[in-house]
Amino acid sequence: MIAWVRANLFPGWISGVVTILLGATILYIGWGFVSWAIVNAHWTVPLTPQGPDTGLCRDTHAVAACWAVMPEKFRFILFGRYPYDQQWRPAFAILLFVALYILSGLRRFWRRGLIGIWIAALLAIGLLMWGGLPGLPFVAQDECGGLPITLILSTFGIAGAFPRAVLVALGRRATALPAVRLLCVVYVELIRGVPLVALLFMASVMFPLFLPDGVSIDKLLRAQVAIILFAAAYLAEVIRGGLQALPPGQFEAADALGLSYWRKTRLIVLPQALRLVIPPLVNTFTGLFKDTSLVLIIGILDLLTAGKVAIADPLWQPFGEEIYLVLGAIYFAFCYAMTRYSRGLERADPQRGGR
Amino acid sequence: MERDHGRWHLVLRTARTRAIVWQTLILASLALIAWYLAHTTVHNLAERHIATGFGFLSQTAPIPIGESLIDYAPSVSTYARALLVGFLNTLKVSLIGIALATILGVIVGIAQLSPNWLAAKLSAAYVEIVRDTPPLLQLLLWYGLLQALPAARQAWHPLPFTALSNRGLMLPVPHDGTAALHVFLAFLLGAVALTLYAKTRGGRLTIPAIACLIGLPALVWLAQGAPIAWDVPVLRGFNFQGGITVTPEFAALLVGLVIYTAAYIAEIVRSGIQAVPKGQTEAAAALGLRRGAVLRLVVLPQALRVIIPPLTSEYLNLAKNSSLAVAIGYQDLVSVADTTLNQTGQSIETIAIVMAVFLAISLSISLAMNIYNARMQLVTR
Repeated sequence: MIAWVRANLFPGWISGVVTILLGATILYIGWGFVSWAIVNAHWTVPLTPQGPDTGLCRDTHAVAACWAVMPEKFRFILFGRYPYDQQWRPAFAILLFVALYILSGLRRFWRRGLIGIWIAALLAIGLLMWGGLPGLPFVAQDECGGLPITLILSTFGIAGAFPRAVLVALGRRATALPAVRLLCVVYVELIRGVPLVALLFMASVMFPLFLPDGVSIDKLLRAQVAIILFAAAYLAEVIRGGLQALPPGQFEAADALGLSYWRKTRLIVLPQALRLVIPPLVNTFTGLFKDTSLVLIIGILDLLTAGKVAIADPLWQPFGEEIYLVLGAIYFAFCYAMTRYSRGLERADPQRGGR
Repeated sequence: MERDHGRWHLVLRTARTRAIVWQTLILASLALIAWYLAHTTVHNLAERHIATGFGFLSQTAPIPIGESLIDYAPSVSTYARALLVGFLNTLKVSLIGIALATILGVIVGIAQLSPNWLAAKLSAAYVEIVRDTPPLLQLLLWYGLLQALPAARQAWHPLPFTALSNRGLMLPVPHDGTAALHVFLAFLLGAVALTLYAKTRGGRLTIPAIACLIGLPALVWLAQGAPIAWDVPVLRGFNFQGGITVTPEFAALLVGLVIYTAAYIAEIVRSGIQAVPKGQTEAAAALGLRRGAVLRLVVLPQALRVIIPPLTSEYLNLAKNSSLAVAIGYQDLVSVADTTLNQTGQSIETIAIVMAVFLAISLSISLAMNIYNARMQLVTR
């Protein structure tokens, strides 16, 4: 124990000073945080006939967290304005999403059937959220919100972007089709050159101008289209990496068998190329999962926006830090699981690095 | 007839013909879609009485803008000038952000490989937490914390003549701005001269360093009459007057961008250093170099080759992420453009301007980094 401390914390005097300084800072900030978040924190607020009384919480907020905000607001943050007695539906949708992620992560399911599973799961989630069946009353889009919206935007985003990304990646490598190639290059570079915020603005103010009279698409769908366009460009680059990593012998052997371009692509190229890029694919998905939070800017009620709206309530207004920490923990749980998973894949098989 | 038919068949089946047919079909359908969209858009614009074109840029803009690097007055200046102000604000936060994120990222990246257990674990935890939460969430948290600072009357004074409150960070500035600028330019000139001197002559640098970095600026300062007056922030009413202000919006955006991007840069630096073969470190150590010198003279120059390409895309990401400013009210290009399009209804033109500017920024960063990359490859080989 002492030997370990000497070797790893105090090997020389410079390192020792660094250890002491860092240790002191961690203790100072860590203790400040623990006493704010746990020791001094208020877990409940007194209930008066006029509603909860947050006076004490407000006065001591600099030294004490007020977690009483969470039981008050967690339903809204997770499910938005979804009808209270129907909230088992978004909760079930969240479980379905998690099950879909776990299933897709299992090597056993990396086959063509996975596409069918995705389509079925996404359809089921759509039905569950919006309903319109006997036993599942219809719920309007502007009542949906919270975590399911974040999951929908990112998962439908990656699923919608996937076929497009495969085509763009193939098009970018089609040497015989210069015009198609140019189109694909322009598309990828254009989308990757501008911030997602600009694309979302485009979706929210420009898309309506493109549509003929009497046709309107709701805001969520417009944002979804922008996210699909955005994700496809990044995904296409990832898939192109897989295509490039494939040994040329595979293409030549397929040609020698007399397979047509599409049969070659479908049977030989894609199954191998896509497997090569699973870790960077997961990383793209993680990035997209974080990026969907930008829909806050165009006012769609996703997880982050729900948190921000929750603290617009004058009664609970000062307690943003508490809400943001909880939201951060939710995002972290999803992203960390995915990052760990993709890192595990890379480590298990370094060939699969797919850079 | 029979033979002709067969030949046609063959012509259609050649790869060349098929390529032409396919591309014509794809281009034609795209053109059709584009024409249709343009048609409906023109129709919709006419219906909403929105004029097309960039004429609105010369109208006066009633947009209040909190901070600006150039002269700007709401309802006096034009939309073009407002957008320029936004663009300069984007540049300001991006450039400062890139510089600070690089410094922090390199430190954290090296610390991750440090033999010091505490430093390594702490930086790894930082990278993990920051990379696995959305940048916008972090930004809102920083902004919330800055707004929770005490009001101007109860401001903190971390250093004499500075003030930190929920109105931002107030710093003193030299009263004679142009003189200060000249002194600063003299300092930069001295730094360049010192670098050139060190490259050509080498040896002990103490005296040349003092001459270039202290002597030259001091001389310029004396030549301008040695002004010593400072503009000091003073509390008047509810806010401070005088000095310069780092607004909470700018500070939150800068802190958010730097902390987020530095985590990615740290990973790039770490993997870049790990890509340098171990034999290089061992050989340098065998030559008797200290750890710091090994890092500075042997490992980092070689790691740079691996680091620069991904670093370029992180710089681009930082510039693009600066558009998150719109969520906390820092008036960058996107934020001003958003207000412009709400006021004028010229959505297509405004978004086109934003996209063109960001493409230009992306291209210039790529270009600059490519030139630097090419030079690094030549110098080190």
